[in-house]
Amino acid sequence: MSQTPHPLWLLAEVTYRCPLHCAFCYNPVDFAQAGPELTTDEWLSVIRQARAMGAAQFGISGGEPMLRDDIEILVGEARRLGFYTNLITSGVGLSEPRLAALKEAGLDHIQLSFQDATREANDLITNTRTFELKQQVTRLTKAYDYPTVINCVLHAANIDHVGCIIEMAVALGAEYLELANTQYHGWGFLNRHALMPSAKQLRHAEAVTEQWRARLGKQMKIFFVTPDYQENKPKKCMNGWGEVFLSVTPDGLALPCHTARMLPGFEFPDVRKQDLAAIWYESDLFNRFRGTAWLPDTCRTCEDKEKDHGGCRCQAFMLTGDAGATDPVCAKSAQHGLIDDALKLAAAVRNGQIVQPLVFRDPKTSRALERAF
Amino acid sequence: MKPLPPAGARPRIARLFRFQWEPAQQAYVLLYPEGMVKLNQSAGEILKRCDGRRAVDDVVADLEQTFATSGLAAEVTAFLGMAEEKGWIDWNVGAEVAA
Ligand code: SF4
Ligand code: SF4
Repeated sequence: MSQTPHPLWLLAEVTYRCPLHCAFCYNPVDFAQAGPELTTDEWLSVIRQARAMGAAQFGISGGEPMLRDDIEILVGEARRLGFYTNLITSGVGLSEPRLAALKEAGLDHIQLSFQDATREANDLITNTRTFELKQQVTRLTKAYDYPTVINCVLHAANIDHVGCIIEMAVALGAEYLELANTQYHGWGFLNRHALMPSAKQLRHAEAVTEQWRARLGKQMKIFFVTPDYQENKPKKCMNGWGEVFLSVTPDGLALPCHTARMLPGFEFPDVRKQDLAAIWYESDLFNRFRGTAWLPDTCRTCEDKEKDHGGCRCQAFMLTGDAGATDPVCAKSAQHGLIDDALKLAAAVRNGQIVQPLVFRDPKTSRALERAF
Repeated sequence: MKPLPPAGARPRIARLFRFQWEPAQQAYVLLYPEGMVKLNQSAGEILKRCDGRRAVDDVVADLEQTFATSGLAAEVTAFLGMAEEKGWIDWNVGAEVAA
């Protein structure tokens, strides 16, 4: 393999704490078992090391990052070092004084996650009454001259409201709207049969989105992300394992992908014990699925292998039990039948033939379930 | 064809982008939410001068002086047209000079 590239992205998942309880949350189901959060100084050290390695994008997410009171400090240091700083927040806790301080610290960009436009559906899926608050927050970020960038996770219960979601984004003066179907990781995986929309729902949502795009032109850009299971096309996981992206968990584990901590058979490198460059360049975790040399036979002989590197490792593991398998989302995977089974099961849940109530994310449930995904 | 920018309009880096020298790339780059464009040398030198204060003519004159050459107007104008198309720059048309 050619020379290992340096990371471009540092994602700091600063906390697993969150006031919301999204059933599609991609955090690990066993997040309540995680160790103590990194301190401010420990984060600052991670930020400095990543910048020295050449990373230029710094993302802060969680959980809900605003539950920590040192976000302003982390942003300030990252910005001073030349990072482009992105905050990914549900908006809960983003008060005016804190926003003013973040602006002062040099925060470049805010992405607001917004669950749904209709109050009922929003509350159903986040299990709290946060809708009005989000409207307030969008107005506030605008007042501080941030472009309004909204991310809304789609799933079976809200996808039929996609027209309302777009309308609401327009009313708020959003410049960008990302309509991303649930990624089936963590809690999203646990709930996937209840969250998966039907092919018909998807087609409808895409058609509505298309109409709005034509109408809105440059005023608001809309990105529509289809769910993996319905695509038959594996995605290049993190743009290449260990090539671009470096994620650090609240308790200090460095990962090539923010969901990788449930993969078995790894010793996850700890930023408290090792320096970041050694982790990135030398650890087994970062090297195991780097490039294409490790690919299983199905992929090795495939002309698309440079395009997708065999798909998502976490998905391969969650579905087949083997993290080194071809992503079963791929039609060429011998285990593609697992996807068909999941789609069938989801249809049965939608029709009410099978009852699968949503499991909402919270620490108590996390401890009770005793599972990683 | 796109309409030309108003006479005297001063190009500046658009709000969503940040222009800077990136040591790890040994290049000027544009950073934007979740992404980065690595610029070649001439693109970097042009954008470096898009500060919302200088009109296109001044940008051209400055480049020609710095690189002891002439006849850059067409290339600069074409590049700025492309940069505007991609949303990298916009035009300061106000009487106020941008900070
Ligand atoms: S997906 Fe929902 S519950 Fe999970 S971290 Fe984000 S806001 Fe919190
Ligand atoms: S066989 Fe492997 S490389 Fe080919 S498309 Fe499927 S996942 Fe990608």
